[in-house]
Amino acid sequence: MFKRNNAIKSPRVSFTFEGCSIDAAAGDTIASALMLAGETHFRNTPVSQSERGPFCLMGVCFECLVEVDGIPNRQACMVSVREGMKVRRQKGAIGVEIE
Amino acid sequence: MNACDLAIIGAGPAGMAAATEAANAGLSVILLDEQPVPGGQVYRAIETVPEERRKILGPDYQKGIGIAEAFRACKATYIPEATVWNINPDLSIDYSRNGGSAQVSTRHLLIATGAVERPTPMPGWTLPGVTTAGALQILLKAHGGIGDDVVLVGSGPLLYLLAQQMIVAGVPPKAIVETVDRERYIKAARHLCSALTALPYLRKGMSMMRQIRRAGVPRYSGAHDIRIEGSQRADAVRFFANGRAHHIETSSVALHQGVVPNQQATRLLGCDHVWNESQRCFVPKLDEFLESSVENVFVAGDGAGVAGAKSAEIRGRLVALRVAGRLGSDTDAEIRALQRQLRRDEAIRPFLETLYAPSDEVMVPGDDVLVCRCEEVTAGAIREAVDLGAPGPNQVKSFLRSGMGPCQGRMCGLTVSTIIAERRSEDPGSIGYYRLRPPLKPLLLSELAQLEREPTRDEPL
Amino acid sequence: MNYDTIVVGGGLVGAALAHGLGRLGEKVLVLDEGDVAFRASRGNFGLVWVQSKGEAMPEYARWSRHSADVWPDFSQELQELTGIDTAYHKAGGVHLCLSEEAWVRQSALIKRMHNVHGSDYGAIMIERDELEKMMPGIGPEVVGASWSPHDGHASPLYLLRALHESIVRSGGAYRNEARVETLAKDGDGYRLTTGAGVFTGTKVVLAAGLGNRTLGPLAGLNVPVFPQKGQILVTERTEMKFSMPTVFIRQTDEGSFLLGDSHEDAGFDLTSRPGIMADIATRAIRSFPFLKDLRLVRSWAALRVMSPDGFPIYQQSESHPGVFSVNCHSGVTLAGAHARTLAPMIARGRLEDPMSAFSTERLHVQAQ
Repeated sequence: MFKRNNAIKSPRVSFTFEGCSIDAAAGDTIASALMLAGETHFRNTPVSQSERGPFCLMGVCFECLVEVDGIPNRQACMVSVREGMKVRRQKGAIGVEIE
Repeated sequence: MNACDLAIIGAGPAGMAAATEAANAGLSVILLDEQPVPGGQVYRAIETVPEERRKILGPDYQKGIGIAEAFRACKATYIPEATVWNINPDLSIDYSRNGGSAQVSTRHLLIATGAVERPTPMPGWTLPGVTTAGALQILLKAHGGIGDDVVLVGSGPLLYLLAQQMIVAGVPPKAIVETVDRERYIKAARHLCSALTALPYLRKGMSMMRQIRRAGVPRYSGAHDIRIEGSQRADAVRFFANGRAHHIETSSVALHQGVVPNQQATRLLGCDHVWNESQRCFVPKLDEFLESSVENVFVAGDGAGVAGAKSAEIRGRLVALRVAGRLGSDTDAEIRALQRQLRRDEAIRPFLETLYAPSDEVMVPGDDVLVCRCEEVTAGAIREAVDLGAPGPNQVKSFLRSGMGPCQGRMCGLTVSTIIAERRSEDPGSIGYYRLRPPLKPLLLSELAQLEREPTRDEPL
Repeated sequence: MNYDTIVVGGGLVGAALAHGLGRLGEKVLVLDEGDVAFRASRGNFGLVWVQSKGEAMPEYARWSRHSADVWPDFSQELQELTGIDTAYHKAGGVHLCLSEEAWVRQSALIKRMHNVHGSDYGAIMIERDELEKMMPGIGPEVVGASWSPHDGHASPLYLLRALHESIVRSGGAYRNEARVETLAKDGDGYRLTTGAGVFTGTKVVLAAGLGNRTLGPLAGLNVPVFPQKGQILVTERTEMKFSMPTVFIRQTDEGSFLLGDSHEDAGFDLTSRPGIMADIATRAIRSFPFLKDLRLVRSWAALRVMSPDGFPIYQQSESHPGVFSVNCHSGVTLAGAHARTLAPMIARGRLEDPMSAFSTERLHVQAQ
């Protein structure tokens, strides 16, 4: 379990992951906020649907892909948290809407 | 478009130092970086880290404060949150920022994109809860996060640095599983003499080891047949050491086998690379002024061959002075002084490279191990493709899709080359690496479509 | 002689012929270059395409159609032999028209192609209302399309791997890093010196793509082929099931969209040009607006093997009996015909009708 070594001094930011509210600090990335909230499973692969989570936290591995406000395949470690953002697991290949 | 004198990709120590030196010498400089603030990975969050966390991270980290301040004060144009997705042969750079694509042009380019962790394929390494050691250090630096049952696995100074930082923070790792065996210490001892000229590094290393010992962190050396267990996430590490089987329960496994140059940009540009047997990785072929085989393209920082933050800063300044020299300044004496500093700073490397050479288990993993995490290709499949006649990584990629996923080969490239080399009993240098093409990072088609078009058909659509 | 036939070139053309020869019981050797070569096969878009091919050369139109006709059986045979699915789908294919002008032009072409193929050509023009039912997601600019039931697509990479697997399984040999340096008569056959040693064979097939320009003259053949650059974009995987391929856009079995195709005379340069990538992306989005929200994950550039009139060149050497040269783009479309029809002719030692139409004679006629 990951914990913050010191109390959050920066402003608090709240967003949702799979509909559940997550408490984060301004300056967190989606990946760091979710890891500190105890989440490890960020996506399922499009190949075998196997579970994956953050691996490198520096934008290299593309394992922390999530859907952010409806936009799929975003790197959770490269996107800063914003108040009210809705984050969901990236379940395999992306869906496409045809209007 | 007006070309600047020097464009720099990456705001780590090399990029920041180069930008500062070049801008202060009167050059027009643009620095592009993917992160929102400067620092790179080694000085991640350097400007915002709270006082108590600085103490945890130690004095070497704090050296970054001055570098970042000088960079902020210089006249270089700094473009953060810019994802470079293409570099053209004329050195114009396509980058994506705020959902749009833009381009800058330059007469000289410095690639300062640093290192990435060496891929560490082993059974179970794709399970959630398994990260690189670097990832946990980033979590600590930037966000103050530490795991309470972390097992560190592998080889290399970063493992001990992270362990020491966790100890200072009051949350020591649960165990350190080291792939280095006793024999390696004897081999490395040969390089001790030259390493003595880099005494501060040796002292720092010994002090880290003392602290780890005093904290009572269990260490297992010469570990082999390591596998991470768990069904939907990691829950244990299993391995053999000292002739016995071991099993440690944990929710967080941090893997490390050293870092290697990030080759994406230099490969895209077609720079020549050579296999460095001591570092067990490809490094771009550079002259004594760090210019690559492609004219006016320079590489500094760990991307030029892993040598650490201090060397990175010196190399960055050296490139800035070289470019300033080309544009008419007299910088020869300063360059020679920096080259001497570099030689001194790098004296420790042969010792470290021998001691912490990556384990064969990750260089040439067993048949069942996933090598390409994106497309889920195993080491065994790669060997079969070689047996079918694939002469190198590009044909293997064609046959198996390895390297075709979103990470574009970053996580498997090195392993694919070393597996092929082993199978063909050749040197990885003669096997080569993936041919890289744009985009260096995925970008939306809508963004691409905004660029100026060059139609190649004349019939009506 | 060590081998019945030595095939020079391990791309789609050489591998399809070697596979076909191996199936006929020949002892075959494939000589290939190393990991980095021009390799048009790796850059193939993956269409099995008939509808617009060969207006100015009826033999080519029929040859393409013949290949599309044998593809289902050819693909199934490969799967049975190797366990590898080439991802071939005879789904039909469309050429979208994004303007009235394009519609008029395409309609005229399809009408002329009817005259080339005769009564079983099968391609028709489809107006927008009807097309929308067949292909959901077309953009507002789409006026209509031509459609043919014979068209389809396959994975060039799986096809190449299946062919290589089949060659090895039928006892054939494959040597890489074996660039051919010399070719000389040796008794009843030929001796080839290569980067990987000296090899002898009764017959030789030159299928080295652009490499045939320099190999041909070693056997008294003039091979006037030249490179034409094409770029292709690949998107991230989607879970949707797209209906059928168009000339510029197709979805792979993995769920990615492939977007092509550019035609550029740039010599042997293989640089990916962002302006051309932008043009490909724009055309794809105009055709199917939903594509705008997909990410580009890969792109590549490759060199088509073009002849002066764009049609294949099949030759047998007069000065060097038993030496053939095979030159074409569209290595996926023609793989079926190469394996099933051309390979048996080579096994028999001479090109028969309809292959005579494909010699360079036709180019000399045009030049007059």
